[in-house]
Amino acid sequence: MPGLPLPLGEGTRVRFMYHQVEIVKEPVQTEPNVFDDMVINVGPQHPATHGVLHLVITLNGETIKKVEPHLGYIHRSIEKMCESLSFRQFIYVTSKMDYLSSHINNHGCCLCVEQGLQIEVPQKAQVIRVLMDELTRIASHVLWWGAMAMDVGALTPFFLSFREREMINDIMEESCGTRLTMNYMVPGGVMADVHPNFVRRVNEFISHFKSKIDEYDELVTNNVIFQNRTKGVGVLSKEDAISFGVTGPSARGSGVSCDIRKLYPYEIYQQLNFEEVIETAGDSFARYVVRLKELRQSMHIIEQLINNIPEGDFQAKTKAVLKLPKGEFYSRVETARGEFGVYIVSEGGTTPYRIKFRSPGFSNLSVLDHIARGAKIGDLVAMMGTLDLVIPDIDR
Amino acid sequence: MPGLPLPSGEGTRVRFMISLESIANSIHEWLYSTFNETVAMLLEFTIIGVCIIGLFAMLGLVLIMMERKVSSWMQLRLGPNRVGPWGMFQTVADTLKLIVKEGMTPNGVDKLLFNLAPFIVMIIAMVIMAPLMFAKGLQIWDVNIGVLFITAVSSVSVIGILMAGWASNNKYSLLGAMRSGAQIVSYELSAGFAILVIVILTGSLKVSDIVLSQENGWWLFKGHIPVLIAFVIFMIAVTAETNRAPFDLAEAESELTAGFHTEYSGMKFALFFLAEYVNIFVVCALGATLFLGGWMPLHFGTDTEFNRIMDYIPSSVWFMGKTFFLIFVIMWFRWTFPRLRIDQLLNLEWKYLLPIGMFNLLLATLIAIMGWYL
Repeated sequence: MPGLPLPLGEGTRVRFMYHQVEIVKEPVQTEPNVFDDMVINVGPQHPATHGVLHLVITLNGETIKKVEPHLGYIHRSIEKMCESLSFRQFIYVTSKMDYLSSHINNHGCCLCVEQGLQIEVPQKAQVIRVLMDELTRIASHVLWWGAMAMDVGALTPFFLSFREREMINDIMEESCGTRLTMNYMVPGGVMADVHPNFVRRVNEFISHFKSKIDEYDELVTNNVIFQNRTKGVGVLSKEDAISFGVTGPSARGSGVSCDIRKLYPYEIYQQLNFEEVIETAGDSFARYVVRLKELRQSMHIIEQLINNIPEGDFQAKTKAVLKLPKGEFYSRVETARGEFGVYIVSEGGTTPYRIKFRSPGFSNLSVLDHIARGAKIGDLVAMMGTLDLVIPDIDR
Repeated sequence: MPGLPLPSGEGTRVRFMISLESIANSIHEWLYSTFNETVAMLLEFTIIGVCIIGLFAMLGLVLIMMERKVSSWMQLRLGPNRVGPWGMFQTVADTLKLIVKEGMTPNGVDKLLFNLAPFIVMIIAMVIMAPLMFAKGLQIWDVNIGVLFITAVSSVSVIGILMAGWASNNKYSLLGAMRSGAQIVSYELSAGFAILVIVILTGSLKVSDIVLSQENGWWLFKGHIPVLIAFVIFMIAVTAETNRAPFDLAEAESELTAGFHTEYSGMKFALFFLAEYVNIFVVCALGATLFLGGWMPLHFGTDTEFNRIMDYIPSSVWFMGKTFFLIFVIMWFRWTFPRLRIDQLLNLEWKYLLPIGMFNLLLATLIAIMGWYL
């Protein structure tokens, strides 16, 4: 069943994901003390921000007193652009938001349109979509692993991670035509059938990755320096994670059960056998471990599906011009970074009246100031690394 | 005294070695027989100065190339492979590019200190080379406090780094320089204690004496546990002293962009860069001299066939081989480990390495008094 409608009344598995808790925070000292504080601008061009994020950090020596993220350096007003694009076209723009999980962004938008038009997606298309989603998740997490290690000062893992990521990119290139910002999902299914090599190459990748993922643990996870750098750093409590709206692996590291694939299953996730990874420590290391375990879970999902792609159509028959009925539609998917929501208001025309994307990165970034206070500059980098921020996703 | 021959030629059991000793001696003798004493000395100074500057440049180029190749092997890459055979001249091309680049001095910097800092760092890196024994008889200045001289002079380089960080008028530079100051000053203590272990066992600060004391076995092998501990501490401490990963907090790339040399460009930046590599060479050469026998070949026992075969390998090859092995180890650290945080870095030094080093020194003293070494 693609995407549950709002309000969440009639679903089969209504579980309230979040309950609001008041955010307890020290009072913000707005005016920097010019005699004691050192204000430092991290970004918009800085190796640690992985993009054009601008952080204004108030320091006391090496200790962080306040972090103030400034956004807008890569704002492309995608939501406004979508209002002038048709229901087929706007999906392509969304792959430029979170470029590391563009498949999943497209997926969320397709689900929303399909929900409005009551399109039944063929079984084969659903399987392909889930396969692509999970491959994207692996590619994204693998890249994150390398970048995270680079943030804490180890440069080699970045290259090891690209070895795996290249294989996925090649698979994507064959089937989707592009390596990074794929536009493969269309309302009603996928744009084209998978390449004949797809199954073989994915199987090759899985067997390769299985032999290499232990290397990740040897090189980084079990490293004493790395554990010292991340354990007990940037602790985010369960309550705070919920209050700030943190989702995805970052929230699951704090013990919040928030996997959309489990809570509001879409496509064929309900029939699949996988676990929602939850760690309870809430520190940077817990968030790190969640992502590494998710890599194994994603591999497990792919293994279940890759040799069982059903025969049939890869795309449902749809009209050439899509017109959503008047109303409001919402769908949510689990990207590599958390919950991605698409909210469409339609007036019955060929273009959406209003579109709002709920991107995971924005809420995940909002928690940075809360967890970074009192930490050192080096810790800030480790925290930003484990929050897994993708700046175009935050700015849109 | 430049190019002075080894005083202890006759007492050694090293029978035959191809060495540069005779060349150095003949130049020395020729100069003193041709010119009067002052002119000869000045000429020797000049020759050595030119040699050291050449060595400085060569070492920089070779070590940067080595770093690139080592890192590329570890990172599934090819490394530079376009300029010259196997990319050998890539660093030369890079240096040329840096030389012709504008030597920019940004607005708002303290001009004198800003321009002085790279030269201080470079000069220190050159001066430390004086007491090093590159091969049998190839030593610039066999001063009787050689090891002390190296530790003392190398600690001055922190002034250059602090100067650069302060004069840059940049907050990243300032943070990097402050970190560097805290780090180098702390880790010098541990390095000093590790060096003292060997000094106690040898009974001399003179580099040539330390090397000669290892002709029947390197200190690492015959010094028992204290020397092993001292060697480990020494390697950790010098990695920190040269601002290398995992202790590269002074220029932590992901935190402070480039640390204390953020504002430097062109040749001034290159001087910092070269000095870093020359410092690595110097500390590794010191480690090789103290623990691995300097130019001494690998000897087991006193008079065996194995020792004689080892003697055929030139002493300079032995020295360079050991030094470059240690350099490789330090590069291996860099491309493997994540970086420490500043408080963890200082904890490691003051809570672990320093107490261990102190007790280790006591142990070494006991061993030296009891004569429990070979």
